[in-house]
Order: sequence, then structure tokens, then C-alpha cells
Amino acid sequence: MQPAVEFQQISKRFGAVQANRDVSFSIAPGSIHGVIGENGAGKSTLMSILYGYYRADSGKLLINGAEQHIRNSQEAINLGIGMVHQHFMLVENMTVLDNVMLGTEGGFRLKPKRHEVEAKLREICKRYSLDVDPLATIQDLSVGVQQRVEILKQIYRSANILILDEPTAVLTVQETASLFEVLRLFKEQGKTIILITHKLQEIQEITDQVTVMRGGTVIGSVATKDTTTAQMAEMMVGRPIVTHLPRAAYAPGEMVLEVKDLNLINSQKVSLLKNVSFNIRAGEIVAIAGVSGNGQSELLEILSGMRLPTSGKLQMQGKDLPFAGRKDADGLPATFRDLGIAHVPEDRLRDAVIKNFSVMMNSFLGYQKKLGKSFGLLDYKSILKNCTDLLAKFDVRPADPHLRIALLSGGNQQKVVMAREIAANPKLMLVGQPTRGVDIGTIESLHTRLLAMRDAGIAILLVSVELEEVRALADRILVISGGAITGELRAEEFDATEIGCLMGGIHTH
Amino acid sequence: MNQADLPRWATAFALPLLNLFSALLVAAGVIYLLGESPIESLSILINAAVLNPEGLGYTLFYAATFIFTGLSVSVAMQAGLFNIGSEGQMYVGGLGLTLVLLWLDSSLPGWLLIPLAMLGAAVFGAAWAYLPGYLQAKRGSHVVVTTIMFNFIAASLMNYVIVGFLIPAGQQNTASRVFADASWLPKLNGILPMLGETPLNISFVLALVALVIYGLVVWRTTWGYQLRATGLNQHAAHYAGISISKTIIVTMMISGALAGLAAVNSVMGSTHYLNLNFPAGAGFIGIAIALMGRQHPVGILLSSILFGALIQGGFDLSLEKANIPPETFIFIQGLIILFCGAMENLYAPALSALLKRKEK
Repeated sequence: MQPAVEFQQISKRFGAVQANRDVSFSIAPGSIHGVIGENGAGKSTLMSILYGYYRADSGKLLINGAEQHIRNSQEAINLGIGMVHQHFMLVENMTVLDNVMLGTEGGFRLKPKRHEVEAKLREICKRYSLDVDPLATIQDLSVGVQQRVEILKQIYRSANILILDEPTAVLTVQETASLFEVLRLFKEQGKTIILITHKLQEIQEITDQVTVMRGGTVIGSVATKDTTTAQMAEMMVGRPIVTHLPRAAYAPGEMVLEVKDLNLINSQKVSLLKNVSFNIRAGEIVAIAGVSGNGQSELLEILSGMRLPTSGKLQMQGKDLPFAGRKDADGLPATFRDLGIAHVPEDRLRDAVIKNFSVMMNSFLGYQKKLGKSFGLLDYKSILKNCTDLLAKFDVRPADPHLRIALLSGGNQQKVVMAREIAANPKLMLVGQPTRGVDIGTIESLHTRLLAMRDAGIAILLVSVELEEVRALADRILVISGGAITGELRAEEFDATEIGCLMGGIHTH
Repeated sequence: MNQADLPRWATAFALPLLNLFSALLVAAGVIYLLGESPIESLSILINAAVLNPEGLGYTLFYAATFIFTGLSVSVAMQAGLFNIGSEGQMYVGGLGLTLVLLWLDSSLPGWLLIPLAMLGAAVFGAAWAYLPGYLQAKRGSHVVVTTIMFNFIAASLMNYVIVGFLIPAGQQNTASRVFADASWLPKLNGILPMLGETPLNISFVLALVALVIYGLVVWRTTWGYQLRATGLNQHAAHYAGISISKTIIVTMMISGALAGLAAVNSVMGSTHYLNLNFPAGAGFIGIAIALMGRQHPVGILLSSILFGALIQGGFDLSLEKANIPPETFIFIQGLIILFCGAMENLYAPALSALLKRKEK
């Protein structure tokens, strides 16, 4: 049988960066093919070439055995290639039906076509058991369902080769399971699926064949059943990955943070946090586990001073955190920071960095009032030196302080943020989703940093939706669901099933 | 292709020059359609505005005002605020200095009187910008909308004050009385006699000082860092502990004070009285200057001189060429705003493609 897609010696360079170098592998029709690699390994470039966003500098691309020169995404669609992007391409205030029709309206009047498309959509939904109402408005749908709409769009356009870019990054455990159901059905129908991900468990679970990329080249293409996650990780990174990082014995010290009866009600009268109480001692990592959107983000915002709680008490080393009597949190994070609270926010690009500033200008964001001065003006010489030291210490690549931070990979941006917050010598470190969108090698180094901080006697609050991360770091685990703490476990009691139940709001005790 | 992918020299010099050139090309086309030779017109313009020393004096005189209004708009832009109200703030700033002068010009010496009057201009301009700043910071009323409205309110208010209170008894001219000599700003032709008869005065020097201070404050101080952080990403600024509302209010007041100081040049350096509608659009030109100069001190200086030259040269051009009306300047100004502001990245993709091809 001819391969559905075959890459032959594909090369592509951007300026000085060789994004793809002699990439050759083929994808069997009716299979699920995983493509894995660290950030910057060249996966996205390769898929962009397949989908017509870029053209290869050299090499051949064969679709169903015939050589093709795909010049734009329309030509890719015509060849039956569909792509589901990590960031959905949906118009939020339009219905599913209208989103699917977008670009294929055909004719001046919408109505006749709309009936036709609706009928076809219902038929597709039935065939693939996709539970989507064509007349629902996108913004009312959960993230998981929105993703199904994206898939629906591709089926409607009769895609036979479906590319999914990090499809599970935004999904809950259950949503991921049902996505995989859909993908298996696809496979049964003879469609080809290319899955780009960095989650090795998922590769193991669903793919038939996996291609590992590193530094723009293919390291290997193997049958999934012949490999293990450890082997894949080693191929990706180029060295063995330590899954159990060393840590000092658990010896919590003095009380650092006490949270008592914290409540948050938003302007729509929705209760986002309900009577949350817990504490953190020096030298321990307390993890908040939960499906995203269950109040963790708000908790981090309150503890860092970015948002005021509706009621409740916060004590830092026995003293009340000073927010009583304030009308808004404008400027409050500075006060909290002065009290020794550092914060690595969940949404890096929104909160933690200023994209258009250089790495250097981002290296002191939040600590700008503590900078060295000469003649009343900022002393860029010492700032540059500090930044260069941080970049070297945290192995940020490229180690160029003058580069715009937006040009760094997500992992390297996170290293800059982490370096900045650690350098402030905090007593309490708030860490939200530290490894979201970060590759395996960097995850290992970020985790090592956090454990070193813990061993040095710093109190750490970790918010993560990745149970693997919670397992790797936490001394104590608090499970949050619907804004309330539904359970607490010690590290040695870690049990994914029990945590899963607590995350769903089901008490097992 | 993103503008950020281009090297610095391209975004800082090549693109603005290409945009400016395009605007002038369209203007040349219109002049041709009006039945005049664009080349000849350009040579008249350059001659009248730059080569002729007296004309150059006038060019720099206008530029002094524009530097202040350009700075006013630029500093607000650094915080992400589009202050359309520099015109009104400059107008009210003129009232501030006038009140100081009417009160004290017969009793104080110049060295004390002039700084006090300038302070009056800055304070009144700042006060006029405070309200839109407050409304933006605390009530979320968009500063573009409020500052436009405040321009109209300023115009009506000044109408009322000048006509109702400031016209000396028995006079018809809608202006205040002439200020005492002590308040007249020293002219630069005292030091540079070759400039001839020109209103160019020490305001130009002050404007240059203001440019330097602006550059230092914005790029070399903690406050400037907080200002730019707020302008680029309010979420991150909030995370960094910067008080957004304070930054907005203070920035608007500084912007208003700079607009107020723009009144000093013409009122205390040239007319020596406050008359109706004296800003004559200088505040709006400040917007064009801030856009074209990309809020950079050197850019603001160069575009202020360009606009000064266009006014001065355009004026002479319309005298010499009957077919070219004086409004041509406003037309060219509009073209420059169009090309440098609204379509600033027009040539970015082409330039970026060109550079890429060269790399290969």
C-alpha cells in the first residue's frame, strides 16, 4: 500500500536557523502517527510545509504516492489534508453551523446552503458519534466540544489526512479520553491521523507509529509497540531523563502562609472559591491538583496580591497580609512581593513577561524599584551583568540579554521568569503551571530548581493540572474542585484514581 | 510578516522615510493636477523654509511648539494612551500663563516672571488632562473620547473667558491686553544675528532640553520603565506591582503639562497676548509628530522641524503660486498622518522580503 504522506529529504531554513534538515519518513494510510520532539525540534515547521503555510527549500512531498507542490492551505484542503490547530480558529459568537460553513458559503443567499450543511453535519455527528449541536453558539461550548467542532469542520471538508497540533493541551482527562475515542473511529474509517504532542503517555496509548525529531532532523521512526516512554524521551532529548529527582527528607519548618476561610465571589455572583483553608510551612511543596478552571487561577491571583478576596484571612509568617480596606488590588502585588512572596504566573505571556521588551528588561519585572542607580538613572551596566549571570545560571538559550523575549521558546521564557523570581530570594514561592508548553529537558531542569528551593527552606505552592508533575514535586497534595478543597493527601499516599475522583468533586472518604 | 522581524535601522529610518516619501509623492501628484510643477514647488518650499535664514528661523519657531505637543502625545502613547486632547490642553495652558502675567507682569522681574508663567501654563495644561486621566483610570471612560470632548469644552471655555473677561475695555480684538516687556522671551537672533527678523526664541532651546529629559525619563528611570510596561502589557504591569490607575493619571497630567508648555512659545515669544484660537491645530500636529517620530526624541525633533518647514514653506508657496491654496499644508499633513500612522507598515512586507532575498 502506498503511504498517505511521504516526506523525502525535506529541508527548510529561516535565516540562520535550519528548521528542517533532510527530513524523510512516511505515514501509512489508516494509521495514527505520532510526531514528537522538544520545542524547536522542527515539528511545527514540517506540518506547516505539509499544510501549505511554508514551502520546503528542497526535498519532495508525496501525498498518496503522487508528488505535490502545496502552495497554500487551500491546496492542502483540496488534497484532503485538514489541520486542527492548538489555538482554535473559531468565531466565538457564531454557531457551530456558521463556523463550519465559513469559507464555503457558495452563493449570495445563506439559507438553502445552511439547511444542506446542517443535514450533513447531523449525519457526520451520528457517524462519528460526535455529540455536537450544530445550532449551539461556540462561546457556550466547553473547550473539549470546541475542539470537536474543529474536527467536524475538517470532516465536513472531507479531510482524509488529519493533523492535530497538541490537541490535548487544553483538555481535561475525560475530554482527552473522548477525543481518543473519536480518533480511533476515524482510523477505523480508513482516515490517517498525524498527532503532534509532547505527552509521551498519549503517544503510547493511541499511536501506531511514532517519529521522533530533534534539532530539525528525524532521530527515528518506530512502531509504538516496540518502544517505551523512557526510550522515546531519551531519543527526544538525546540523553537519559531522570524521572525521580533527588530531594532532601521531608522536614517542614516554621509556618509561612496560613489561608483561612477564603471566599471569592465574582461580579456575576458566582462563587469561585469556597471556604478555602490551608497552610504551607518552610521547606515544603504543597500542590493544588485539579482540572483547570476550578478556582486555582483565582487562588494564585489572591495570594500574589493581583486580586482581592471577598472574605477570608491571609497570614504571612503570622502577620495579616495588608489588603483590608482596599477597593481594588491596583499596585498591591508590589506590597506582597516586598513581604517575600514571589510568583510564577500560570499565563506566562499575559502576566509574567512583556513580549516587546528584551530579555534583560524582563529580567527585573516586578523588582524594578530595587534596581541599581547611577546619578539617579538606571544603571544598565549592572542590570546587564545580573541578567547575563541569570541566563548563564539557568542555561537560557540563546543567552542573549538583548533579544526580544517573545523570540525565545516557551521553555526558555519560563526559565527567565523562574530565574527572576528565585533571584529575589522569596520566603514563599507561588508557581502556576510551571511546565505548560515546556519540553521534557526543560521540565527536568525547572523541577530540579523547585526542589532545590524547597530543600533550601522556601515554602512553595504549586498549582498544576498535570498529575505527573504533582507526583514529582509535592510533599502534600490538596485537591480542588468547584472552588473548594475536596481532599488532602501526603506524597506517599499518592493515588491517581483517588485524586481523579476528588478532582471530579467525589469524596471517597 | 511582522514588523518586529525587521532590523532596527529599517523600522527606525527606512520605513518612516519611505512613508514620508510616499506622502510627498501623492502631494506632488496633486500639485501637478492643480497645474503647477511639483519640482518647482518643492524648490520654492525648501528655499523658503530652510535655505533662507529668516525662513529657517520661522521653521524652527514653529518646530519649538510642535516639539512640546509632539512630546505631549508621545509620553501618553508610551503608556498606551492616545491623548487627542493636546490641542485643548495647550489652549488652557495658554490661559494659565496669561493669568500669571496679567496678575504679576508689572511687579516682577523677567527672570522670575517667565518661569512662573511657564509653571502656570504647565499646571493648567496638567489640570485639564487630569480629568480625562482620572475618568480613564477609575471609570474606564476611554481617553480618546473624553479628550476629544475636552477639546470642545476648552474651546468654548476659552471663548467665554477671553470674550467675557480678558478683552480690555474699549477694545474689539478678541484677545487679552499686551503683556509687559519683562515677560517677552529672549530671542535667539540676539546670539545668532544671521537669523534676521524672526520670532525664534529660547523656547526652542527649552524644547531641546525637554526632549533630552523625556528620553532620560522614559528609558533610564524606574518610572519610565513602569510607564512603558503599562503601555505594552497592562496585565504584566499589574503583576509587577505597578499601580495602573496612578500611572495613567500621572502620565496624562505630564502629557497635559507638556501641551500647556507648548503655549509658551507663541504667546510669550511672539504675540505677547492671549488671543482666540491661538493653538491653531498645533496639538493635532503633535499627534502626527508622535506617530511619525515613533515617540523617540530624535524622531520627534526631526518631524517637528519637518512640520515647521511645511508650514513655513507652504505659506510662501501659496503666496507665490496662485493655484496652490494655503490649505495645501493641511492636506500634506493629512497625507503624512495617513502614511506614517494608519499605514505605517505598508512597506514592511516588501522590505522584509527584499532583505530575506539578499540573505540567500
